[in-house]
Amino acid sequence: MALLEVNNLKTHFFTRNGVVKSVDGISFSIEKGEILGIVGESGAGKSITGFSMLGLIDSPGKIVEGEILFDGVDLAQKSEEYLQKIRGNEIAMIFQDPQTSLNPVISIGEQLMEAILYHNKKASKKEAYKASVDILKLVGLPAAEKRMSSYPHQLSGGMKQRIVIAMALLNNPKLLIADEPTTALDVTIQAQILYLMKKLSKDFESSLILITHDIAVVSQLCDKIAVMYAGRIVEYGKKEDIIFNPKHPYTKGLIECLPKLDDNKERLYQIPGIMPSLLGLPKGCYFKDRCEYADGECDVYPPEQEIDGRRIFCHKAK
Amino acid sequence: MSQSEVKLLEVRDVEKIFSVKVGSFEKKDLHALNKVSFDVFKGKTLSLVGESGCGKTTIGKVILGLYEATNGSVVFQDKDIAKLSPAQRGISQKDIQMIFQDPYSSLNPRKKIKTILEQPLKIHTKMKKKERLATMLSLCDDVGIDHTYLERYPHQFSGGQRQRIAIARAMILKPELILADEPISALDVSIQAQILNLMMDLKDKYKLTTLFITHDISVVKHLSDYVAVMYLGEIVEYASKDELFKNPKHPYTEMLFSTVPDIRTPLATESVLKTGEIQSPIDLPQGCFFANRCPYKVDACEQSHPELVDLGNKHLARCPRIGEF
Repeated sequence: MALLEVNNLKTHFFTRNGVVKSVDGISFSIEKGEILGIVGESGAGKSITGFSMLGLIDSPGKIVEGEILFDGVDLAQKSEEYLQKIRGNEIAMIFQDPQTSLNPVISIGEQLMEAILYHNKKASKKEAYKASVDILKLVGLPAAEKRMSSYPHQLSGGMKQRIVIAMALLNNPKLLIADEPTTALDVTIQAQILYLMKKLSKDFESSLILITHDIAVVSQLCDKIAVMYAGRIVEYGKKEDIIFNPKHPYTKGLIECLPKLDDNKERLYQIPGIMPSLLGLPKGCYFKDRCEYADGECDVYPPEQEIDGRRIFCHKAK
Repeated sequence: MSQSEVKLLEVRDVEKIFSVKVGSFEKKDLHALNKVSFDVFKGKTLSLVGESGCGKTTIGKVILGLYEATNGSVVFQDKDIAKLSPAQRGISQKDIQMIFQDPYSSLNPRKKIKTILEQPLKIHTKMKKKERLATMLSLCDDVGIDHTYLERYPHQFSGGQRQRIAIARAMILKPELILADEPISALDVSIQAQILNLMMDLKDKYKLTTLFITHDISVVKHLSDYVAVMYLGEIVEYASKDELFKNPKHPYTEMLFSTVPDIRTPLATESVLKTGEIQSPIDLPQGCFFANRCPYKVDACEQSHPELVDLGNKHLARCPRIGEF
């Protein structure tokens, strides 16, 4: 049985201007120890997918349909109290901006210890302190004991992100959700953090969902990739298949438009246009207005197909 | 120097020292820029590359007049503007325009796009209303924003469209020099390609001179003629784009190249953890600033501070062990 199985999940927001279908019928699954990447542009519904797993959807948003089977339990049906026990314990989340995900007026040590003491009532303060220092060493923070009494403003962005990762790992979660964990960081620090996340998820046998807009990052880390566009998954399969043999025109575009170091071409490939507003989605395939292969057939939303071992939604893919 | 290269901006030995509080009573000097020198040639793009905290934005702000340089000179239009505020610079200020990183905070949310673009023309030109509109419309075509967008407000646009508007605003007075401070790093990768291509098109069409500031060395390739790599407030390597990409000399440049994520290379190995972090610009070391992260470090590196050495072919690097590895 897969650790996490999401079936036909729909998270909609009921706004004054109409229903925004941020996540509209997506399905995927993760085995133990597996790393799944969710890629797409801003507004594709990647983060909402992550938040839905943890029940972090606020009004006017609501999970309207679908199952989130975590260890066989459907989280979509569970109460807030139940989810509070899961959050930061069995499922942990790493947010994009380390500057805002730590409390600026509480020391690093206290924040780490709180995460342990909340979920494990039997632990003593001493044990919590030791566990916190150990985990800081594990994520490669220099002078770990000294850092316990530091405050967030005294640390650099890379150090803060390490602490956020340490905090997420404290209770040995089965599933880690990382929402753009390196987007706010420099390229050099990004490489370190990515390496660390891959190593730790293997060491801890945690599964990882990596949410990002950068398909290059995903390709370096993940076993499986789901490409999202306007609230739906358009291509989903093994990393090797998706990266080296993309079938969906959108996936092809995402890969093609990356700047490459050894490429002598002056101009970059660009996907024309922008993603349509979720309030004014076109009839048929959502990508058709930006797609060079689109024709009359694309006025109907493409059915799910299976081509070369991946799930894909496109009339034109062969 | 070939004849086609005319100096537009000359930056010489610019230093910027901030005084920061380190305790209740003690103050220390933070050396944001240490004797930075470079030239920007007419119609060419110079890229400044480096991590956060390397001083690349500070030098941009000195050129723009938002900071006053502590020492050194910035010569623009035969005038040293290093210590002049924007007001003291007078009319020449309009010839340097800036594109900021975050298009969500750089456009006034209460003003229509039309007002944002028209204001500089009203202040700096004697154009009639009709001429102003014609100028705006032709620029809109150039940067790819629809004419109907002029009546809208910034919040109605996506990040990429806002950045197009910000580019239009910077270009509307036909400035001599454009400073682009991380203009694409707040955007999605797919939109980054669009904006980079747009900047290349505009460069060709208007022979723009640009100072392009970025932390991502992979995007530099598509836009630059020259590249300066900065580390802790100084230039550690300078070369033409082709030369730098073919033949990087400084260990830091090498490190920047090796950490760019690429779909065809596997994730970096354990060694990436040894690359460490940039150190604080307070209490700078006596020797090479990069020594604590450098894989080729020897004892001599910590003794004296290396100078920028000319390696020929307009390639400069600051490393005592150049050519040894």
